[in-house]
Amino acid sequence: MEIAARPQVSALRRVVSRVGRTLTTPLLPDDYFEMLSSRWATRELRAEVIAVRRETPDTTTIVLRPAAAWPGHAAGQYLRLGVHIDGIRHWRAYTITSDDAHPDGLLSVTVKRVDGGRVSPWIATSCRPGDTVYLGEAEGTFVVPDPAPERILMLTAGSGITPIWSLLRSLSRADGVRDVVHVHCCRDEEDFIFAADLLAAGEHHDGYRLLPHYRSERERLTPADLDGLVPDWAERTTFLSGPSAMIDAFAAHWTEYGDRSLLHLERFQPVIGGDATTTPGSGGTIRFRMTEFEAESDGRTSILEAGEATGHALPHGCRMGVCHTCKCTLVSGRVRDLRTGEVLGDPGELIRTCVTAPEGPVELDEGHVVMRGTNARSIR
Amino acid sequence: MSPRPVSTDKQGTTADPNHPLHKLTPEQLEELGREFQAIHDEVYADLGERDAEYIRGLIRFHRRLAAVSRIALLGSGSTIGLVAGTAGLSVAKILENMEIGHNVLHGQWDWMNDPKIHSSTWEWDSASPSSSWKHSHNYVHHTYTNVIGKDKDVGYEIMRVDERQPWKPAYLGQPIYNLLLAALFEWGVAFHDLDLEAMRNGEKPMTQVKEELRGIVRKAMRQVVKDYIAFPLLSGRNWRRTLAANATANVVRNVWAYAIIFCGHFPDQAYTFTEEEAADESMGAWYVRQLIGAANIEGGDTFHLMSGNLSFQVEHHLFPDMPSSRYKEIAPRVKDICDRYELPYNTGPFLKQFGSVQRSLLRLAFPGGFQKRKPGPYVAPEPPASATETNPLRRAFPQVV
Repeated sequence: MEIAARPQVSALRRVVSRVGRTLTTPLLPDDYFEMLSSRWATRELRAEVIAVRRETPDTTTIVLRPAAAWPGHAAGQYLRLGVHIDGIRHWRAYTITSDDAHPDGLLSVTVKRVDGGRVSPWIATSCRPGDTVYLGEAEGTFVVPDPAPERILMLTAGSGITPIWSLLRSLSRADGVRDVVHVHCCRDEEDFIFAADLLAAGEHHDGYRLLPHYRSERERLTPADLDGLVPDWAERTTFLSGPSAMIDAFAAHWTEYGDRSLLHLERFQPVIGGDATTTPGSGGTIRFRMTEFEAESDGRTSILEAGEATGHALPHGCRMGVCHTCKCTLVSGRVRDLRTGEVLGDPGELIRTCVTAPEGPVELDEGHVVMRGTNARSIR
Repeated sequence: MSPRPVSTDKQGTTADPNHPLHKLTPEQLEELGREFQAIHDEVYADLGERDAEYIRGLIRFHRRLAAVSRIALLGSGSTIGLVAGTAGLSVAKILENMEIGHNVLHGQWDWMNDPKIHSSTWEWDSASPSSSWKHSHNYVHHTYTNVIGKDKDVGYEIMRVDERQPWKPAYLGQPIYNLLLAALFEWGVAFHDLDLEAMRNGEKPMTQVKEELRGIVRKAMRQVVKDYIAFPLLSGRNWRRTLAANATANVVRNVWAYAIIFCGHFPDQAYTFTEEEAADESMGAWYVRQLIGAANIEGGDTFHLMSGNLSFQVEHHLFPDMPSSRYKEIAPRVKDICDRYELPYNTGPFLKQFGSVQRSLLRLAFPGGFQKRKPGPYVAPEPPASATETNPLRRAFPQVV
């Protein structure tokens, strides 16, 4: 279960909430106030959908007005967005495509419809102005380095263009679009997200050269085509965003023929344990409080895997820290995030068992339990 | 038609071939387990907007009712304010504890993925902190239901509710404990969760007991400050009346919760089990034990709502994590399974169930005991003769419809 970002609220409101709790316990004054207006909610950041715009036949932009001040983000980052569909809250990550310094504090995300998906078809067909959505925190490291590079290559395909759109706008405000070459691959002009603005910029802006690569007219772009299109590609700081296969092919090309440190790329899948610099933690004993059993982790094994190794079933989903299905309440102890090496966790905090290992002894509350039979080893 | 009551000579032992827990073959048990599981899975696949709206609407209703009642009580100097406020607050507290709190803490609404209506974050208006309650209730009571010695809810470690619990002189005070427990139920539950017996047996470390005790004290303090200090203070010169109103609402809620919960497991119909009988059971046997260890209470929709749908205690014990609003819908399917497998379906009107519980509590305060009468297998009522056959008009003009 994932929780939305906490809205920033004034010190006065925090005091009212703390004092008022005496009267509302075990609820918070918020739980009553938010029935009057969602703008008064101080625990979860919500936003109202104020516009839904079709970009291409299968891409939709939704414009959001956060109910409290948006804490800000860097161009190129993505946002986790929670929406209610048929009574269930679903979370997905989408690139923020609005100006990172929007004068009215509005946000937008641009979403490509994935057939068979759950959230993107809803955004494409059912989302309406007036709907409420939940906002997570902005995340992602696909941002322009400071200072901005002189010469830039943008290499994008399909909906991979969405973070680039944000980067370009942010760069242009800082007068950073001095020598940008942008190669964008898509089916045809109809399939080109933000085509009107980008094609116009390509014609009128001296520092921006757009090279559309339409699959309806030409073969799929390969790394070998780069020499012909952008002869100085290897000297440019490059931003690469597109489908996985494309990223893999071009990243390999940079490693072999270019300077890998000049290549920035956007991947959504986290890589657990992929970072060799992360030192393993001390490990420890994990006590599952509800069903009364203990497991051991050496510091490299996640809490989820250590628990399952004892023969117990535990709640889980993606197993890579994305879906939040596995969250348990930390009763005591600290845990180490296996992806970043960071040690975290306060009592009462919800932690993702699939990407954390115990740092010393920990105790967890694994939530509600249904064991069907006295010899059952199943939870939920 | 309700199940035919028949008396059995012997209360459940493995020797009794008619005991519902032992009459089915392992294959039948496996099939029965699959049938119950299928009901659960079908309901889970169907959960959606209608269910989400139900619980969100109920939570909104509770908060409005609680707020309006508290405000009415600020004017408790007037009789209308006092009576309406006390009644409203009592109903609000009952809804909050039973249909909302108990069921959210069971994880019945976790599927919505809403962090504010989730078993891992919910806290309820009760002296008992949710974390200790989830362990003692969701895990211990719902896994070892009615197993004497394992399920600490059989008599709550202070009362003798089954003749197979050995008698001790302390049980002579049972009629008094009974009254006290009814009036102070939330406090009884809070200290029951501590499970001091487990500590004495060395099953629970002292450090955990201390930490849980601190949790109870912290939680209880907040509850006491709210109901017995803060709101009376806000009422100014009416503080005595508001204090009395809040205490009344808490006691009304306590007595009601006590009555519903005692009717769920301690009427004559419900079976208890020995540790041996429940040892190493299959999923099918677990379902049978849940089925016959619980008893329903008959009533209308308002009664079901106010009981937190624990009037469908049988369905709740079969499917503790199923949204309670679905119990009424699946009850006919549970009865159908009982009919086909010749198992009892325990149910009865409130006064009958409550009367049988109170009689047992009085009798079992003294040594010895009596055989509780067990119902026979559930028999589905004869289907009413179909309308097409009895309606003379339809018979006269069969082609005109």
